[in-house]
Amino acid sequence: MAPAIELEDVGRAYGERTALAGVTLTLEPGRTLAVFGANGAGKTTLLRILATLLRPHAGRARVLGRDLPAEGWAVRGRVGLLAHDPLLYRELSARENLEFHAQLHGVALERVEALLDQVGLRARADEPVRTLSRGMAQRVAICRASLHEPELLLLDEPLANLDPGAAEAVEPLIGRNAGPARVVISHDVEHGLSEADLVLGLRKGRAEFVAARAEVAEADIRALYSAPAAAREARA
Amino acid sequence: MSAVAALIRKDLRMELRTRESVPSMFLFSLSTFVLFRFGLDRETLAGDLASGVLWVTLLFAAVLGMNRLFVAEREEGGFDAFLLAPVDRTSLFVAKATVLFGFLVAVEIAAIPAFAVLLLGPSPFQALPGLLAILVLADAGIAIIGTLVGALAIQTRARDLIVPLIALPLVLPVVIAAGHATSPLFAQAGAEALPARWLGVLGLYDLVFGLLALAVFDFLLED
Repeated sequence: MAPAIELEDVGRAYGERTALAGVTLTLEPGRTLAVFGANGAGKTTLLRILATLLRPHAGRARVLGRDLPAEGWAVRGRVGLLAHDPLLYRELSARENLEFHAQLHGVALERVEALLDQVGLRARADEPVRTLSRGMAQRVAICRASLHEPELLLLDEPLANLDPGAAEAVEPLIGRNAGPARVVISHDVEHGLSEADLVLGLRKGRAEFVAARAEVAEADIRALYSAPAAAREARA
Repeated sequence: MSAVAALIRKDLRMELRTRESVPSMFLFSLSTFVLFRFGLDRETLAGDLASGVLWVTLLFAAVLGMNRLFVAEREEGGFDAFLLAPVDRTSLFVAKATVLFGFLVAVEIAAIPAFAVLLLGPSPFQALPGLLAILVLADAGIAIIGTLVGALAIQTRARDLIVPLIALPLVLPVVIAAGHATSPLFAQAGAEALPARWLGVLGLYDLVFGLLALAVFDFLLED
């Protein structure tokens, strides 16, 4: 089976500004890549490249065995993206949003009801998303991202705004044992590391380190959020 | 086709909830007819002038709809969610053009009687069958260009400026053809025969720009 993700020196710029450069890694199916880095480190850019929403400007990117961007069409529908924004229409209800996405992905509508039950939102399923709390909207967004049972989950702060009960409810959908390979962006160092098989540390768009979970200490991650000198000391 | 149907259903549902496009397009048309009535200082219009006033008003009202067409996709992440789905990207174009066409028809159902009451001299009933044919062809052209330009403009910060700046020159042939086709229908002495030549121009415009839009729309959604 092809790796879920193969990146070779992948880079991306926005005009003159380099958002991502020199990222090289391989993630096997069913494994979790945890991505850490301060704001503006390139985490979201990486996620959007993997989701086929952005073209890499440098290097080679393969997702689910397909070259990006040339074979992006073959990857769409096999990836689930939980972005910083929930990608939900605020005027539509949770059920209407999920039914809309189910139709786009060719998923049976029964799955929508099952997901609403699973995340405990059936009672509020017909209310417009704009009236839901952030945590509830996040639960709907998690349903949207996992609706089509993707082979690769791209998760940006998946547990943000969720209470412990809600976090437990979504665990079978996006958690470590959900099945698909996962890329998880997190600022919760302890939790992020506990779920990771592979760890990518980004600083100002560059890969500070890519290492197996066992080779990374919490201090390495925390140093990404501080000054560069402190990061070098921590690695040393 | 199911993706197109899902997109249309979603857009119509959102319009019914928010009432952002059709009511504002209609109110704009109504205000413009009133302005023309006082601006031209004429109680009734006929022929070329009536036709021109009707089409210029409908076109400017359409610009309001074009501006709003992709706002939810942009502001609520609809583009990203759509691009992640395994569907042909042109389905978004077909759905949006159909929705804009529907909005134009809805506006015209109310605006044309208002035009007949406020400004039109000759009886509109004789002109109605011919006018319907012109409206269908002209609305299709406006919807095609409006969707294309709306998708282009939504990627920019100045979309409110970009839409009229690009769309108005592109739909000029529609206004010219629809104006010429409508003018004999509004003749003071009663509706004359529908000029087939101008209907042909409208049909050809729809065909050419429809095919062109289908060919290039994919690239508008690319990063």
